[in-house]
Amino acid sequence: MAESKTITLNMGPQHPATHGVLRVELELEGETVVKVRPIVGYLHTGIEKTMESKLYYKAIPETDRMDYLAPMSNNLGYCLAVEKLMEIEVPEKVKWARVCLAELTRLNSHLVWLGTHALDLGALSPVLYTFRDREMILDIYEACGGQRMMTSYIRIGGLAHDLPLDFDKKVRHLLKVFPEKIKEYETLLTENQIFINRTRNVAVISAEDAINWSLTGPMLRGSGVKHDLRKANPYSGYENFDFEIPIGENGDAYDRYKLRMEEMRQSLRIARQAIDGMPEGPYRAHVPGVVLPPKEDVLHKMESMIFHFKIITEGFKAPCGSVYQAIESPKGEIGFYIVGDGSNRPRRIRVRPPSFVNIACLPALCEGGMVSDVVCAIGSVDIVLGEVDR
Amino acid sequence: MEFEQEIREFINGRFGENVITEDNFRNQLSFIVKPAAVYDICQALLEDDRLDVKLLADITMVDWLDHEEEKKGRFELVYNLYSLKHKGRFFLKTRLPGDKPEIKSLTPLWNGANWLEREAYDMMGIIFTGHPDLTKILTTDDLEGHPLRRDFPLTWEQPQFSWNKDDPPEVIK
Amino acid sequence: MGLEERIPDSIILTTLDKMVNWAHKRSMWPMTFGLACCAIEMMSASMPNFDLARFGMEVFRPSPRQADLMIVSGRVSRKMAPVIKTLYEQMPNPKWVIAMGACASCGGVFNNYAIVQGVDRIIPVDVYVPGCPPRPEQLINGIMKLFEKVEKSSLKDKHEEWGR
Repeated sequence: MAESKTITLNMGPQHPATHGVLRVELELEGETVVKVRPIVGYLHTGIEKTMESKLYYKAIPETDRMDYLAPMSNNLGYCLAVEKLMEIEVPEKVKWARVCLAELTRLNSHLVWLGTHALDLGALSPVLYTFRDREMILDIYEACGGQRMMTSYIRIGGLAHDLPLDFDKKVRHLLKVFPEKIKEYETLLTENQIFINRTRNVAVISAEDAINWSLTGPMLRGSGVKHDLRKANPYSGYENFDFEIPIGENGDAYDRYKLRMEEMRQSLRIARQAIDGMPEGPYRAHVPGVVLPPKEDVLHKMESMIFHFKIITEGFKAPCGSVYQAIESPKGEIGFYIVGDGSNRPRRIRVRPPSFVNIACLPALCEGGMVSDVVCAIGSVDIVLGEVDR
Repeated sequence: MEFEQEIREFINGRFGENVITEDNFRNQLSFIVKPAAVYDICQALLEDDRLDVKLLADITMVDWLDHEEEKKGRFELVYNLYSLKHKGRFFLKTRLPGDKPEIKSLTPLWNGANWLEREAYDMMGIIFTGHPDLTKILTTDDLEGHPLRRDFPLTWEQPQFSWNKDDPPEVIK
Repeated sequence: MGLEERIPDSIILTTLDKMVNWAHKRSMWPMTFGLACCAIEMMSASMPNFDLARFGMEVFRPSPRQADLMIVSGRVSRKMAPVIKTLYEQMPNPKWVIAMGACASCGGVFNNYAIVQGVDRIIPVDVYVPGCPPRPEQLINGIMKLFEKVEKSSLKDKHEEWGR
């Protein structure tokens, strides 16, 4: 009788298809995967511990570097959580601008996902197109915050500076040009027989399993569960916008691909509503002692200068209590759990990482399938290692 | 909120003697319960289809060393539970003593609790009894201690400028 | 080629050096070694807007055995450090290293228990490119500086440098 033995294959930290430093240990029997064990921690930075030793304001740039494909949405989540803790009400213009930037961030993240996912499966052209079109969004980021990726533009109580003068023109140009580009990507991939063969019925997860594995975001919506935090628990003025939530049927990789393409279209729709209805007003809340005063006041008024000095050097004292604010980032539900203890430094800032929880279900997606489907599964979960390891 | 009212009735009604206090800071409902009751409450919540609390969003841990809150227990463990039907969220918090932080693992109920508990063990040293594979997940294998505890130093290194470039890097704890 | 070790010290090479350096410069193959955020800017640098292919770096080889240049882009954590050392030793001579970004050069924003304060504590680095993350044009500037360094080097002195 032939005895079948398994071999252990290491898909190491340095691999072209693992989107960063993820290590996966596979036990194979021929080409079938028997056991999958993802090993993370190769990018562990100790961000949560570093943020505990800083004032609330100074922790904002650390949040940029976690999910580095959607930096503005991390900023948004953190600032919303601190504003909830300190009970700060932001002006309307800030809410609208934050929604517009958050949706452009979602577009940014999905473009990189599309490019790298298609690259893993063998399609070498979409990545060139998506990165070229991403430059338009990075141009807007640079105009707002001065930096292409880690802008730290969304601050506690408002924005870092006022929106640039050509923000309106740039965003409208993007909204005019982008629908054609999304159609271009779909022409390349949606009806492509090879792409369909590689993603149909691959990495399937059912709705009950998805809820049991605590999945959120497109992983959960691909299995048919209609849950989106922008509609369920709206934040930053999302209740005023009109958009739809796409859901999938089978929970396989092809459904998640179609879902994310539709999410890109809905993001353009929300950004159009945001830019059409952008109100006038101040770009920062007026809460003396907590929110930094605008720079024009600091240079001319005495009280503003004193407050600026005190907030930068000492910070503000947070009440003793804990808040949790979750937002819908492109990867899933990112939540910030901030515990204040009465002093000017936080006692604990916990980031609920969507990619960490999503990649934990890799055994359920891959076991029983083929080796090449592991690559497709990792790509369709859409992880960012900076967020998994923090 | 009717969801909050229903949850209050459920938990106070069936597990009333295990609830220490109830809190509503910034409109977020949280219950502080005894550690031994967490598993039973979660099991009862999973069986109840009307409340539909099926999503375990997060397991967080806080270290209250050197603070007056430490009297109630040094480690605080927070379970973040969400209901998809009612779109409501609430927290179950417990306190564990500093010398023996042990609690029963929730992996039989939720698969997603596996990695979250591993991270809580690695970063803060909370031991989950009954966990299938409680090993380090984020830090290196030779790192002793648990980084997120308050008595673990940040290990900040003095940057090398021109005036101290010949000195060896000084590690400030 | 093995020729480098057999040239005695009394011979000065001029045109052979220039030819070999020109060949090294014009088609250096980088290794896919993106760790964190800087990796996205490295990928953007090889994409249509800031094309790296015109410098000969068309193919990013995944295997270290086929690569010349290791662009360490991103923060190096203590768990990843032995992996980097192994990969560096697997690369054949001649090889160069660019430390891209602040975290690879000196630890960057993160000064704590988990991040190695600069990748030059583990492997020898030729060019440091500062920034967080550096723009693709800055990376290309760093690559041009590396090309200048390659131009000035000689066949004879290579095997001493890389003996570390």
